[in-house]
Amino acid sequence: MRAFDYARPGAVGAAIAAHAKADSAYLAGGTTLLDLAKIDIMQPEQVVDINGLGLDRIERLEDGRVRVGALVTNTALARHELIETHYPVLSQALLSGASTQLRNKATTGGNVMQRVRCPYFRDGASPCNKREPGSGCSAIGGVNRETFAVLGTSEQCIAAHPSDMCVAMAAIGATVSVHGPKGTREIDFGAFHLLPGSTPEREHALEPDELITHVTLNAPERDARSGYLKLRDRASYQFALASCAAQLTLKGGVIRSPRIALGGVATKPWRALEAERILEGKAPSKALFEQAAKAAFKTATAYEHNAFKIPLGQHAIIAELGKLTGLATTQEAS
Amino acid sequence: MADATLDATVGHVDPDDTSSLQTIELTVNGQTHTLTLEPNVVLLDALRERLNLTGAKKGCDHGQCGACTVVIDGRAMNSCLLLAALAEGQDITTIEGLADEDGTLHPIQQAFLEHDAYQCGYCTAGQMMMATSILNDKDIAKDPASIKEAMSGNICRCGAYKNILDAVQSAHRTIEGA
Repeated sequence: MRAFDYARPGAVGAAIAAHAKADSAYLAGGTTLLDLAKIDIMQPEQVVDINGLGLDRIERLEDGRVRVGALVTNTALARHELIETHYPVLSQALLSGASTQLRNKATTGGNVMQRVRCPYFRDGASPCNKREPGSGCSAIGGVNRETFAVLGTSEQCIAAHPSDMCVAMAAIGATVSVHGPKGTREIDFGAFHLLPGSTPEREHALEPDELITHVTLNAPERDARSGYLKLRDRASYQFALASCAAQLTLKGGVIRSPRIALGGVATKPWRALEAERILEGKAPSKALFEQAAKAAFKTATAYEHNAFKIPLGQHAIIAELGKLTGLATTQEAS
Repeated sequence: MADATLDATVGHVDPDDTSSLQTIELTVNGQTHTLTLEPNVVLLDALRERLNLTGAKKGCDHGQCGACTVVIDGRAMNSCLLLAALAEGQDITTIEGLADEDGTLHPIQQAFLEHDAYQCGYCTAGQMMMATSILNDKDIAKDPASIKEAMSGNICRCGAYKNILDAVQSAHRTIEGA
């Protein structure tokens, strides 16, 4: 690994000032940063350790929202009583991600900032517009199965966003609080991650030196039910081929306030807004879920090896909606 | 790769430049050590190459195999993806600290012996450290499916998983019955 300077500030303002002094990376848990520094994909001149900033609390705000510090570990968040009780989709998504060891170290802010798992991005040699803008995309004409998207892709990049946690947060609705040289601001979770478009090197809405301090979850809906379904090549410790986070309430026999988000199939945590519109106010039925699932992938583009993700993602939606509404939609696996 | 900056050397690439060295204290198996390190040294390398605690193994060096697992403040972590500086002030337990001082094995070590829960042994230290943290974790159930899920970050190239599972459950019974 290349050498870097190390700073451990004790306050947010000092962290931002330190970060601005050099080509820097904030260090939270380090599970992405050190992985990528070892293979020379990230090359910070300075690492600014933010573990001394006291951003490790989970608190319920007066308006009912739940504010999660950027340094709260994935394990602590998944196991917190407020999350298990009010946001089962988030707890389930977190526990389906990575391994026990990684969840014990990885943080909320770091998970939001994690990088794609595209092997061409990671190999340091292949043309990759994200790593080296303008060099081309090796995935589009290459092997593009497991970690590649069918939604939100562009001719410059088709890497899927790898997070499970972020998919649940997209379904719940959240805001990202950031501090920067110009002060503080709130970014809607849905606007935080950027589509690759013609600038795949830009992955998020942070300005230079800005630091995520919290993610605040929307107040839980009364009587809402939620859950996360992750489909992958093996049963544990694997990235999603397709996943579905869903939250809804059932009132008078009809679905209200449905929120659906997809993982493994899109270049960012993906809200399926058209599917939500179809579900709103309707009585649950397998036909309705199929219609919603179809709409969710209306704009999908299949590549050579990942066309299967379109039906797989649709089945993830149908199965999760069936589970939440108590409607049998799939045959039990034997 | 020939680039000297990319190898796993502990310490700075330029021996004449000591400007960024930092002194930290690591508490490992109850003993506190003072180390002067470059900021980019990961805990696994500090343990193995500075403290001669070679029980934790370097398998993949990317948090994928679990051979480097140590327990920090009660939680299992990949020591290969952790800067040594981040572990300062925390209670680090490695496989060398598992048995009693008189040599009495920890229940998980005894169970691995009795259940033949290893073949080549390279992953075993990581498996046992992961297992001890699970045995102490009330949030993790001890049925086979829950143990397998909790230990999915520990890869055994020899495929000794069945005996590892038996050993963990056996150690759980031993501890519960004690």
